[in-house]
Amino acid sequence: MVDVRLLTRHFGALEAVKSVSFELAAGEIFGFLGPNGAGKTTTINMLCTLLTPTEGEATVNGFDVVGQRSDVRRSIGLVFQQPTLDEYLTAIQNLRFHGYAYGIPAAVRERRMRELLEMVELWDRRDSDVRTYSGGMKRRLEIARGLLHHPRVLFLDEPTLGLDPQTRRRIWQYLLDLRQGEGLTIFMTTHYMDEAEYCDRIAIIDHGSIVGLDTPAALKDRVGGDLITIKAPDGAAAAAEIRTRYGIEPQLADDAIRFHVPQGETFLPEFVRSFGQPLESIGLSRPTLDDVFLTLTGHEIRDEEVSGFDQMLQQGRRRF
Amino acid sequence: MADTWRGIWVVGYRELVRFVRDRSRIISSIAFPLLFLVIFGAGFSRVMGALAPGVDFVQFMYPGIIAMTVLTTSLFAGIGVVWDREFGFLKEILVAPLGRTGIVLGKATGATVLALLQAGVMLVIAPLVGVHIDLATILALIPVVIVLSLGLSGLGILVASFMRSQQGFQLAIQLLIFPLIFLAGVFFPVNSVPVWLEVLAKLNPLTYGVDAIRQIFLGEGAAAAGLGVTIFGHTMTIAEDILVVGILGAVLLAAAVWAFRRQE
Repeated sequence: MVDVRLLTRHFGALEAVKSVSFELAAGEIFGFLGPNGAGKTTTINMLCTLLTPTEGEATVNGFDVVGQRSDVRRSIGLVFQQPTLDEYLTAIQNLRFHGYAYGIPAAVRERRMRELLEMVELWDRRDSDVRTYSGGMKRRLEIARGLLHHPRVLFLDEPTLGLDPQTRRRIWQYLLDLRQGEGLTIFMTTHYMDEAEYCDRIAIIDHGSIVGLDTPAALKDRVGGDLITIKAPDGAAAAAEIRTRYGIEPQLADDAIRFHVPQGETFLPEFVRSFGQPLESIGLSRPTLDDVFLTLTGHEIRDEEVSGFDQMLQQGRRRF
Repeated sequence: MADTWRGIWVVGYRELVRFVRDRSRIISSIAFPLLFLVIFGAGFSRVMGALAPGVDFVQFMYPGIIAMTVLTTSLFAGIGVVWDREFGFLKEILVAPLGRTGIVLGKATGATVLALLQAGVMLVIAPLVGVHIDLATILALIPVVIVLSLGLSGLGILVASFMRSQQGFQLAIQLLIFPLIFLAGVFFPVNSVPVWLEVLAKLNPLTYGVDAIRQIFLGEGAAAAGLGVTIFGHTMTIAEDILVVGILGAVLLAAAVWAFRRQE
């Protein structure tokens, strides 16, 4: 559905995106995970025909993002980081304008508008000016608008940025329903680890390059598996038994013993049955995507201070 | 091609919606030229007397004021681009399958419709200033206003393509409007001023728009009587004026399309 080969974008001397390649299957939810300034928005802008790639190529729904812009634009829906609604128009007027711009027949447009506004629970507020909406309502309206022309791929740039947890959950519910109901392919960027968990596959991007690409579970397995934490009355003896029996070097910290195993769920029953030492407690924790990010990039994902690089990217964006 | 046509009507339609919503713009676009007409007219009429047989100063200035209304409305077409960029809506337009040329032409078309409406409003006061109008005047005026307005909207959008803020755009447009208007022969016949001023005025393309509109109202006789624009001994006709304005307008629109495409 989306096919990206060695896509590169420079801003002057800066390489914002460096030879990025990936593919999206139809009906997939694909996440782009990385800190601010990693090149996520630049990649989206190239895929949605707003930026011309410096090198490399990409197709969306089979259309080239440089040579067949109009066909690409018809195939995609977009929800940007910053709102792109006309705040002085009502929700209905915003959607209707979108319908005109995409040449949707009036009957289809009116039916679809109602269906989508009901889905995002804004039908009751359809005749209010958008400037009276909260941030979450605006985002929901933008999602509805992005879907009005029946796109094959929906691009979401940080769709839940700045929204409260409840609204974020609701937006995710819509997205998962849409994938189910309309077979929509979804490409999204985020720097929230917990959101990346909803994706079928994740590409981790840092400084313009993809450093890891796989399902969330497979990425976590790369960290070295699940973390087992046990407490035993005789800590030293327990640690020695783990060392000899499993060939694992456990860490002793405070009064707990920690060690990694590839598949925690299947390891534990066998471990409890056959372990010789008495135990006080056992804990199992899956590695988080934070751990994955740390392992792959050597640093933590965080909102770094706005660097010169970010400022330049933002200037690049503001030109739209 | 279909994308371009849809772009013209969708964006043009939006320009009109935006204008209707923006009351201050409606008022200022009419009040400003009226103010010039009333104050300059009252101030100069008595001292100046008749400029040509049967043409007093207010009658001379009135067609120029219409051109001025068209100029202001058209140049401000660009503010829609800057506004939409500031509030993000431009992205919604840019990712729609509309075609960049269609977007620019749509803005220009929207502004042209507004310019026609405003010229129509100005016609209402013609009897008050003693200018005779009939159906032929109105029919002749429409194509001139369209040609003039399309080109000047192109200039407005061209400027807007380089501007990031509304304040910057307004300042740039004010800097353009004043010399264009004062050197266009709105307030004086360009044939009878000092040479340096005459040269500047005859280099100003708006002069030819003003002259075309003036000849429509006052008749070609007024041009012959020294109120027209004479280039190397030849007094410009309406058709020649329109040709000059049309060619320049086409260049400005093409430049606007280029500037708009250039920005990614």
